[in-house]
Amino acid sequence: MLKSPKPQQQPNSDDGFEAPTPLTTQGTETQFQLIWRAFKAHKLAMISLAVLSLLYLVAIFAEFLAPNDPYAVNARYTYAPPQELHFIDHDETGGWSIRPHVLGYKVEVDPIALRRTYVMDESTKYYIHFLPETHEVNMWGLFPTKRHLFDVDGRREVLFLLGTDRLGRDVLSRLIYGARVTLSIGLAGILLSLVLGVIIGGVSGFYGGWIDNLIQRVIEFIRSIPPIPLWMGFSAALPRDWTPLQNYFVITVILSLVGWTELARVVRSRFLSLKSEDYIAAAKLDGVSDSRIIVRHMLPAFTSHIIATATLAIPGMILAESSLSFIGLGLQSPVISWGVLLQEGQNLRALADAPWLLWPGAAIVITILAMNFLGDGMRDAADPYGSND
Amino acid sequence: MLQFIFNRFLTMIAMMLALSFVCFFIIQLPPGDVISAYAAELAASGDSGGLVVEQLRERYGLDQPFYVQYLKWVRNLLIGDLGYSFNLSKPVSEIISGRIGISLLVECMALVVLWGIAIPIGIYSAVRRYSAGDIFATIFGFIGLAVPNFLLALLIMYAVFIFTGTAVEGLFSAEYANAPWTPGRIWDFLTHVWVPVLVISTGGAAHIIRILRANLLDELGKPYVVTARAKGMAESRLIMRYPVRVAMIPLVATVGWVLPTIISSSIVTAIVLNLPTLSPILLRSLLSQDMHLAGALILFMGMLTLVGTLISDMLLIWIDPRIRTGMMDA
Repeated sequence: MLKSPKPQQQPNSDDGFEAPTPLTTQGTETQFQLIWRAFKAHKLAMISLAVLSLLYLVAIFAEFLAPNDPYAVNARYTYAPPQELHFIDHDETGGWSIRPHVLGYKVEVDPIALRRTYVMDESTKYYIHFLPETHEVNMWGLFPTKRHLFDVDGRREVLFLLGTDRLGRDVLSRLIYGARVTLSIGLAGILLSLVLGVIIGGVSGFYGGWIDNLIQRVIEFIRSIPPIPLWMGFSAALPRDWTPLQNYFVITVILSLVGWTELARVVRSRFLSLKSEDYIAAAKLDGVSDSRIIVRHMLPAFTSHIIATATLAIPGMILAESSLSFIGLGLQSPVISWGVLLQEGQNLRALADAPWLLWPGAAIVITILAMNFLGDGMRDAADPYGSND
Repeated sequence: MLQFIFNRFLTMIAMMLALSFVCFFIIQLPPGDVISAYAAELAASGDSGGLVVEQLRERYGLDQPFYVQYLKWVRNLLIGDLGYSFNLSKPVSEIISGRIGISLLVECMALVVLWGIAIPIGIYSAVRRYSAGDIFATIFGFIGLAVPNFLLALLIMYAVFIFTGTAVEGLFSAEYANAPWTPGRIWDFLTHVWVPVLVISTGGAAHIIRILRANLLDELGKPYVVTARAKGMAESRLIMRYPVRVAMIPLVATVGWVLPTIISSSIVTAIVLNLPTLSPILLRSLLSQDMHLAGALILFMGMLTLVGTLISDMLLIWIDPRIRTGMMDA
């Protein structure tokens, strides 16, 4: 109804100042476009979206990005400190060029305590090559490849940008592989919770009555029990001889046992508020079936809310998986997840010698912060009509 | 109101029954039972012992169907018999009573510290909205939510170790570990207990700050605040007296989830810091599949939150006259 400003309101339109394009799209934008516009206004949420996209890309292309085999043990380099990445290469003649490289280690073994100390050897430079062919990996379990994004050349050269652990395994490569398990278990857990939550919450909100009452009591009950002991109890019962994949699925199911309750509550409250809307009543009077009302008229109205709530629930899943794996009741080595990696740092002595073992912790914190900001932004954008009327 | 309290009691008892069922389910979950582990041991030592094993099964009722075993277990619970830990060779009730005091003490301290940190910061954040302090509190809140408890405990341990060269583990120094409570031991306890208490309370505190800030901001814009201000009431007195009291009421209702959170995080923290509480025992019993002990501990922790929630509901009725009168009408 509102008309866009007329061109004559701009006095001098011929001095290079272009008249704004008439806002013809106003009122015809789809709900998705409106939401996207509201979301874009959130700077933190946009940054978080970029960070998370990067993290998930890293998780997807782990085999290609990791410079070392995450399981490769290096007896020569246990608890080796991180190598500093140098970009400017000075040669003997005093000239310089841009060639990324790291310095080699000089290992000194204390004869009495048998402790290794590592000194950076200024004389050995390992140049970083891009797209070299080094150790063989099985990309996504589909095809073997030797191509990696970057690595050093030769057999005697090593690249440990984030140091190594107790067995001399590369922390960076393990971190990259761990991203795959940790980030995907968050998504898988939330997907399962979402399915349960939408079905159970939908039934509860749509039909009401004694079903609603029963479901609400069950939700109340689940939420009143401390979740960690419950998860611990269930995961302790996992048979030890199960494959990592089986464990992964069962842990996902265990986490979803509690996770669905929050989503079910949101779905139910949305159903309750929508049920009294005129257009739902109109559809009912027209003789539209229940399932069509739900799928065609109700779900589109709150999909965005559900997605926002689900995003805000992922951090809880990741925290839970990490905590369980950390105390030894979740995923078990040889599976690599960030929680499993942090187990290496459980020993205070090891931590004092090798503080770089805490990098997976930093990764967890960054992921959860980004998820929270993203979820907040999505929640605010989920109702794009709120601020205009 | 009595009717409401009575109903609330009934709900709690129903929930306790449900909880006991879940716990018994967990006890039964691992394949095999204690006796089959014992039988395997016998077989390994060359003794077939089929008869002994059968007799043991009969004695512990392991040959009976699930529901009979469950009912027996519940009956034993009611008379205070929590079962027997085969790994520690002690009755479960003895193990729990030996450590329950310290567990509760640490958890209560964490609860007090949680509210003690969260309430002043929440009030400050709302009253001085967008000030440097508020922004700092918001950042603290986000980070508090994002750092897992075990990581925070590790970081504090690492920092203390780097700066002082001592390890902050456990709750007592070696010389006080089994000593009676003397002023020296209390002091020793206090120098140790701040780490777990701080770690346990952070996550919850961050939540409470956000809730209190939002509630108080809603209240601060209301006409009664403007009226009081127009009458010339001192600002500090005004805020503490009216809007803060109103904004605090929903906080009492959050005890329902604060308690499960505290118990959950105290478990992980106590395991990392190796505290002499119930949590490391829970972990050990689960790892060795000593399920009777583990089941009893999980049941116990769940009961604790159920009772705590009941108490908070009673408090809510007592504090908020609107709920009280609303219930009388109903």
